[in-house]
Amino acid sequence: MCIRSADLFAGICAGAIAAMMWCGHANAQGYPSKFEFGQLATEQEIAAVAIAIPADGKGLPAGKGDYAKGKQVYETACAACHGANLMGVANLPDMPAGAALRLIGGRGTLTSQKPIPTVESYWPYATTLFDYIRRAMPFQAPGSLSNDEIYAVSAYILGEAKIIDKATVLDAQSLPKVQMPNRDGFIPDPRPEVFK
Amino acid sequence: MSNLNSERMEAKAKAIEEALGRIGEPISEAQAKDLAAREDCDCKEGMFALAGTRRQLFGEAGLMAAVGMTAMLPRAAEAKAPPGAAEYPVPTDPTKEQGRMMGIDGGYGLRSQFESEVRWFNPTRSASFTPMQNGYGTITPSGLHYERHHGGIPTIDPAKHRLIIHGLVDKPIKYSLADLRRFPTVSRTYFMECSGTTGRELMQATEPTVQRSHGLVSTSEWTGVPLSALLKQTGLKAGAAWVLAEGADAAVMTRSVPIDKCLSDALIVFAQNGEAIRPEQGYPMRLFLPGWEGNISIKWLRRLEVSDQPYYTREETSKYTDLITKTGKARIFTFTMEAKSVITFPSGEMKLPGPGFYEVTGLAWSGRGKIARVEVSIDGGKTWSLAALQDPVLPICQTRFRFPWIWDGTAAVLQSRATDETGYTQPTHQQLIAERGPLEAPGMMYHMNAIQSWGVAADGSVKNVHPLG
Repeated sequence: MCIRSADLFAGICAGAIAAMMWCGHANAQGYPSKFEFGQLATEQEIAAVAIAIPADGKGLPAGKGDYAKGKQVYETACAACHGANLMGVANLPDMPAGAALRLIGGRGTLTSQKPIPTVESYWPYATTLFDYIRRAMPFQAPGSLSNDEIYAVSAYILGEAKIIDKATVLDAQSLPKVQMPNRDGFIPDPRPEVFK
Repeated sequence: MSNLNSERMEAKAKAIEEALGRIGEPISEAQAKDLAAREDCDCKEGMFALAGTRRQLFGEAGLMAAVGMTAMLPRAAEAKAPPGAAEYPVPTDPTKEQGRMMGIDGGYGLRSQFESEVRWFNPTRSASFTPMQNGYGTITPSGLHYERHHGGIPTIDPAKHRLIIHGLVDKPIKYSLADLRRFPTVSRTYFMECSGTTGRELMQATEPTVQRSHGLVSTSEWTGVPLSALLKQTGLKAGAAWVLAEGADAAVMTRSVPIDKCLSDALIVFAQNGEAIRPEQGYPMRLFLPGWEGNISIKWLRRLEVSDQPYYTREETSKYTDLITKTGKARIFTFTMEAKSVITFPSGEMKLPGPGFYEVTGLAWSGRGKIARVEVSIDGGKTWSLAALQDPVLPICQTRFRFPWIWDGTAAVLQSRATDETGYTQPTHQQLIAERGPLEAPGMMYHMNAIQSWGVAADGSVKNVHPLG
């Protein structure tokens, strides 16, 4: 009885499916494996937004700058928040205060209970400095510096950090070669830590 | 007589303008007068029509003024309503007069004027915190979801916004919001947590409330398109190993994401809790990487560049790396948010009125999957008892736990300890310090998921404590 009604049910289903196919409006056609939405992005469209610079410096723009020019840029565009001496400015309203804005110093503090991570003591790549200034600085007018100004102010910060000398000219070739003090200070994530 | 009429009309026009000004943009004096002038017109027709448009709404406001139902309108002059609410007069007996006509809210509902929960902003306005102490269930209201922005909240016209996928792909493609909506979508209820949550609580109890200590975690239902579907369309070239995600905010925020995550559960989401994602959560679209630290789920997503290497951006080197002071080395690409829990009631700055029954409750979550169990201690971790978990228990989602407690009126230290389905158990502060080294505020230990303690004093007052040092 059970078997027979199951057979009957299967028969009805098969009939229904055949009818749907016959009528051409099956209601479960499945998902395609691939879609064709969106539009091809042109080279110009990509170039307009592809501003990221990896550690090897690929994609760094033309231009150059040095410590002396960078000092002028810094005093105009950066000192209000990062301080005349690059040590940050305390208690700025509506801004991350203290260590977040401090750019230099802090070497040898990373094993202390009060570490001071700065561009000098912590950042592994100089290319990151160029990339970040170009995309997000200065705070009140992000993206407003020219490539020459960004190379220059990078040279000023790295010069004040005593990572490069004041005569060094930074450009697409020299910037990726700057050896940052904490270049080897990063390790892969070893978690999960196992706690007992 | 005509002077009196004119005065009445002006007063009404003013009332309407004040009322409507609270709902949307202010209306002009001429418009308001026009509405008030309808007093003697045909407005009774269509009295119960829905306010489908703003023009209709004006009509109904005028209508209400006309038929003497101004009590139904919010009164701007007395507007002391909390954010997200409008102030209405409170009748002596709500059964003896008509309540508000529907639609006066413009068709988008407001909360009660008696509810005042808001996000707490830190002094530097770099983050806002969810008021967990008075939350219910597991879903965070979209307007109370925590925020962390690196360049403020941009205003983006979705008609002009595009997501471009390029780099090591066969075919670079740009997607509009409308394009994304054509894909099959998925909805998932996931928590999101900032890796800095409780980061300054390692060495000492710092923040007074659970909102300020733990409020950088929230849960929403997110809807969007699997990133894998988009990458299937663009194709991937040999060597594709990382994807740089970039936002369209003033920080042009960038993070590098391993390709495996992009091809597994990564989503491009455009909806949150059943409506378009909020501007502060990335409108019109954001990346969502389930179970990973919040900042990598790039908001206002404009670009994904497939690459053979990570980019070592500022936000994955200078920030969001975990310095281990024991060795002076920093962990990099620390993505997963591990199991964590916190008691939200009772919690810091509350006061229990006296001995007796209390339902201790809180939230637990893990970026590695489902919460398997939550234990509660009332004696500072000496003894533990299982808490009840509210079902359904979802993976990578906050889970509500409850624990019946009869307080005897003596000092107690309440703790909760979560274990996830991988067997990982939430550690103590001491275990984390032993593993990673001490780190004093303002230094921040990212991924600090230690067991939280709330001290209950004999007078019922509750405060944030570190019982063991």
